[in-house]
Amino acid sequence: MQRIVHILIFSLITLLSCTSDNDDTISQANATFNFSHNWDASAVTNTDFNTIQYTNANGEQLSITKLRYLISSITFQKSDGEIFILDGYNLVDVTNNTNLSFTPITTIPTGSYSKVSFTFGFNNDANYNGNYSDLNSTSWSVPAMLGGGYHFMQLEGKFIDNTTTETGYAYHTIRAVDNSGTTQEFEDTFFEVDLGAVTITNNAVFEIDMNIAEWFKNPNAWDLNVLNNTLMPNFNAQILMFENGQNVFSLNTINQ
Amino acid sequence: MLKCVPYYILLFFICVSCSNKNVDTYVPTSSPLKIPQLFQDNILSPVVPTNNPQTIEGIALGKKLFFDPILSADNTQACADCHAPENAFSDTDRFSDGIDGFFSNRNAMPLFNLAWNYDEKFFWDGRVFSLEHQAFQPVTDPLEMHNTWMQVEQKLQQNSEYPNLFEQAFGTSTIDSSLVTKAIAQFERTLISSNSKFDKHLLGEATLTSEELNGFNVFMDETKGDCFHCHGSDKNPLWTDNMFHNNGLDATITDLGLGEITGDPADNGKFKSPSLRNLTFTAPYMHDGRFATIDEVINHYSEGLQNSPTIDPLMKKVAQGGVQLSAQDKADLKAFLLTLSDYEFINNSDFKNL
Ligand code: HEC
Ligand code: HEC
Repeated sequence: MQRIVHILIFSLITLLSCTSDNDDTISQANATFNFSHNWDASAVTNTDFNTIQYTNANGEQLSITKLRYLISSITFQKSDGEIFILDGYNLVDVTNNTNLSFTPITTIPTGSYSKVSFTFGFNNDANYNGNYSDLNSTSWSVPAMLGGGYHFMQLEGKFIDNTTTETGYAYHTIRAVDNSGTTQEFEDTFFEVDLGAVTITNNAVFEIDMNIAEWFKNPNAWDLNVLNNTLMPNFNAQILMFENGQNVFSLNTINQ
Repeated sequence: MLKCVPYYILLFFICVSCSNKNVDTYVPTSSPLKIPQLFQDNILSPVVPTNNPQTIEGIALGKKLFFDPILSADNTQACADCHAPENAFSDTDRFSDGIDGFFSNRNAMPLFNLAWNYDEKFFWDGRVFSLEHQAFQPVTDPLEMHNTWMQVEQKLQQNSEYPNLFEQAFGTSTIDSSLVTKAIAQFERTLISSNSKFDKHLLGEATLTSEELNGFNVFMDETKGDCFHCHGSDKNPLWTDNMFHNNGLDATITDLGLGEITGDPADNGKFKSPSLRNLTFTAPYMHDGRFATIDEVINHYSEGLQNSPTIDPLMKKVAQGGVQLSAQDKADLKAFLLTLSDYEFINNSDFKNL
């Protein structure tokens, strides 16, 4: 009997000591990335879709009917150059309100990092050297005639064109490809989004914002009357999109 | 590590002794879906609910039920009457005739690769979630088999064969509607189509003609057909996105489709993209079977688009009526579409009432 009491006490202590562990500082942390969207600071969710209510820099009124995009290669870099790349990629699907939050399975050591970043789209290695069944299943691939790989973003909707007709647009970003010559010429359009320095003390939640209006604004005021459809094979349009993408993302806060 | 070994041995005996107690519990023979190589290589695994695993006995029972008019009120109509194997489990009639001679306003859908409909939204308007739930509908639909489930259960229970078959499939001879639908769903999940000429081309087992190859390029080319955004590709061998779109059939929308179900006007006129497999066998086309031929479908996308508030942004050049394909590209696109037809599927004796 006494023995059982001992065992009970022992297990109780073990259990308690376990729970108190959580209060101590941790050595490995999870990083979560939450994606929120806005049109020049007014919040956009899928409930705001399908209504013409936004005006782009070029003055066209437009709606959003679909928005999804790929982010990958979340990277934590130490000042001594040591790099932690978190496994996986995430297809943010605003239309269906899914994958707005992404927590890679790999953890990072707590401590100071001189730079945190992610890639918009896929770098060439990820884009061409992997066959991703989840992305294929959701029709995210790029035709082989455009070099294959995957879409980086699909932004679709309607705008009022210069004949006041409601017209569809499909702002699809991929790696730029020029098919006009005898050999395909490519130019990279994935880009790194730099979130700056951070000191990780605990599991951390990065709040990322995308200003959708930026895709139509800076440095190229986007004229939907000219560029509304068939943009995937349009090399120049892909470069313009890439340029406009540079200031689309920003870091709101980090909670930990 | 070695210290653990005695515990594992102990655990083993505990497990064995447990299962020994259950030796008389009947378990039907597991029969997992045979996943085609192209599906295995490129897309996610099929959806099979954990509470309705595929079994040899369940599939056989589901097949018998699918072909048996006993499910209809007057014993005249089986599922297969509107979903005929030789038509890739669809109906050549524009609108199918229910047992009372009534017609619905929708064309019967072909049935294949249903386990790969990941969102599990069935019917043209996605109104039913899961295959098990879908199978409840036709039996009582007044435009279809117009029966009551109580009557079906009674008839099956009194039948000389069925109680035994349910016993074998589910370990109980007490027949109820949920077991009927489970068996049918098991059979439906086995209806896998993956042996078209195009599949074989991708596997290096068949060669396409230059017309067929050009047709595939028209399908994939954003400056031409631009069909791949909604209808799959070499990387998505389902040849559908299983999502809902308005592909510009009507300027004025009368059948609200998805909008009727969600109540959201932004969904009006949206219907599920059908798979382009097996078009050779599945005419007529579209939710209301309005097009009798593939040529009519292609002309629709090329010149016939009608604008409406919910038309998909991917339906471009609406003002000009569509993507404006040349006569050659139209012919080649058709030739390509026909390579997606799977003769082995419609001739598979596993799927026929022999
Ligand atoms: C009278 C003709 C008729 C009969 C009988 C019939 N169906 Fe159907 N079936 C249809 C029609 C029409 C549709 C499309 C209806 C709609 O979308 O509104 C359909 C749709 C379906 C679908 C949806 C497929 C998809 O991809 O979403 C399934 C599954 C199905 N039927 C299975 C069955 C089964 C199982 C039975 C027998 C229990 C059956 N049907 C009996 C006419 C019929
Ligand atoms: C925006 C998405 C979209 C695009 C792009 C698209 N389709 Fe469709 N397609 C649909 C939808 C949705 C339906 C069903 C519409 C309905 O019945 O109301 C459909 C129906 C069809 C059908 C009828 C199939 C059947 O079993 O009834 C064929 C054939 C077809 N499309 C071929 C094509 C071809 C060829 C192209 C390119 C020229 C194309 N589609 C482009 C969405 C699309």
